[in-house]
Amino acid sequence: MAYFIQQLINGLTLGAIYGLIAIGYTMVYGIIGMINFAHGEIYMIGAFVSVVTYLILSALGLGYVPLVLLVMLMTSMLFTSVYGWSIERVAYRPLRGAPKLAALISAIGMSIALQNYVQLTQGARVKALAPVISGGITLMESDGFTVHLSYLQMFICVLTVVLMVGFSFLIDKTSLGRQQRACEQDRTMASLVGVNVDRTISMTFVMGAALAAVAGMMVTLYYGVVDFYIGFVAGMKAFTAAVLGGIGSLPGAMLGGVLIGLIEAFWSAYFTIEYKDVAAFSILVLVLIFRPTGLLGKPEIEKV
Amino acid sequence: MLKIEGVHTFYGKIEALKGVDVNINAGEIVTLIGANGAGKSTLLMTVFGKPQARSGRVLFEGQDITRVPAHEIVRLGIAQSPEGRRIFARMTVYENLQMGCLPTDGSHFEDDVRMVFDLFPRLEERRNQRGGTLSGGEQQMLAIGRALMSRPRLLLLDEPSLGLAPLVVRQIFEIIKKINEAGVTVFLVEQNAFHALKLAHRGYVMVNGNITLSGTGRELLDNPEIRAAYLEGGH
Ligand SMILES: Nc1ncnc2c1ncn2[C@@H]1O[C@H](COP(=O)(O)OP(=O)(O)O)[C@@H](O)[C@H]1O
Ligand SMILES: [Mg+2]
Repeated sequence: MAYFIQQLINGLTLGAIYGLIAIGYTMVYGIIGMINFAHGEIYMIGAFVSVVTYLILSALGLGYVPLVLLVMLMTSMLFTSVYGWSIERVAYRPLRGAPKLAALISAIGMSIALQNYVQLTQGARVKALAPVISGGITLMESDGFTVHLSYLQMFICVLTVVLMVGFSFLIDKTSLGRQQRACEQDRTMASLVGVNVDRTISMTFVMGAALAAVAGMMVTLYYGVVDFYIGFVAGMKAFTAAVLGGIGSLPGAMLGGVLIGLIEAFWSAYFTIEYKDVAAFSILVLVLIFRPTGLLGKPEIEKV
Repeated sequence: MLKIEGVHTFYGKIEALKGVDVNINAGEIVTLIGANGAGKSTLLMTVFGKPQARSGRVLFEGQDITRVPAHEIVRLGIAQSPEGRRIFARMTVYENLQMGCLPTDGSHFEDDVRMVFDLFPRLEERRNQRGGTLSGGEQQMLAIGRALMSRPRLLLLDEPSLGLAPLVVRQIFEIIKKINEAGVTVFLVEQNAFHALKLAHRGYVMVNGNITLSGTGRELLDNPEIRAAYLEGGH
């Protein structure tokens, strides 16, 4: 039982991170109907920027943890926003209206370019940092196994929930959110009522990128190491999460992320860790066979 | 108020408008009639640059708006209820109206919603219902209401009577008249020629991307060619 609860905690933490990345995929898909294949790289850049920021801050002798975290968060969000915005401008906007395959290839090219750029500027070796948030609490003890909830896991889960609530509010209740939904539903009509469609699409890339930066920072703190290749793996997982939950659906992305995180955690714990990715992707295939639109995806409704 | 001068519009190689001239004066209701595929909707969309005229000019109150982006045109004071209504299907009635007020600074929002609900009480009953679940008539009311929310001086209406029951059609035309009497200039595209011409101060007839006839509503109604082509067998 204790072992089970421990895996639940680990899985939820991992799932929160995947979920935050998955939101970027799902929002961009919602608004332009295409997968942003460079999104995993945005997350990787977010992770790198937060490590570099951390190293700079420690070199400056700044040690107050909440401030360090805040500065790391702000810097990586700022940088990824600029990258997200640029990806849309460079890889997507010039190809709007072109066949989807063209934009797809251009995004994959962008993704390879960013990977290599980070590899060249940051080096191919992993970057490591000392634990910033350490310690935790012991929840329970049974059968000689202790369930441990680290402060870092709490931090990750709480921050994710806060971001999700804030983000849902933004999409449901603010003018910007309505403009995004309008562009998703009917881009031409949106422009007739005065929505600046180009700017709204840019904003969507920026918002997805900012959330990916948060995920990048969380991973940095959680694993303590980053390398230029993490974007690919996490990107695939988060993309899977988005499809599993129903691409285009925000709650779906979060749910998909949590499910993938849990599958991974439990599979590694009870079966063989080598096959954890196979397990996650197999579940995806099964879900898609029985529910092609994903768990919370809406079936394609007719255009009114 | 709106001057369309020698406008040619293309879809790829297909020329949908072949040199169209239309003039709308402030305060008028001007009707454009024509068969299916004549280019009426294309003309209204060309005013918003979707698609842009390849040659010719669109002037609004003297300003050349041919190349102005759509989202800025609505801020100049033109609103459109387009062909097919194009309600935001997954937004509520209220949210659709909020979308409509985007070009304004929002300070009149409550008053304007009140005005729309007074014109169309049905919408108030359904304010939290999703646009996609409304009936055709209700969607049409919402499309007009949404357009009014931007406080336009010129309102473009594309076949507001299409697919509606005769009783609802009569209601919609009465409301168009009311809107015009409140000071909004109306450019009305219709296949329902009889009602539309009776309502209009002036009218144009479009055939195959060309304007072939124009005159007062009365003149066009009495014109034997028009009677034969657009009215016989109608109402
Ligand atoms: N999006 C489009 N792409 C290509 N051709 C179009 C498009 N929209 C309209 N057309 C063509 O342009 C012509 C005029 O259409 P339209 O303006 O919709 O006519 P109306 O509104 O008078 O029925 C038609 O021949 C139609 O087939
Ligand atoms: Mg039409």
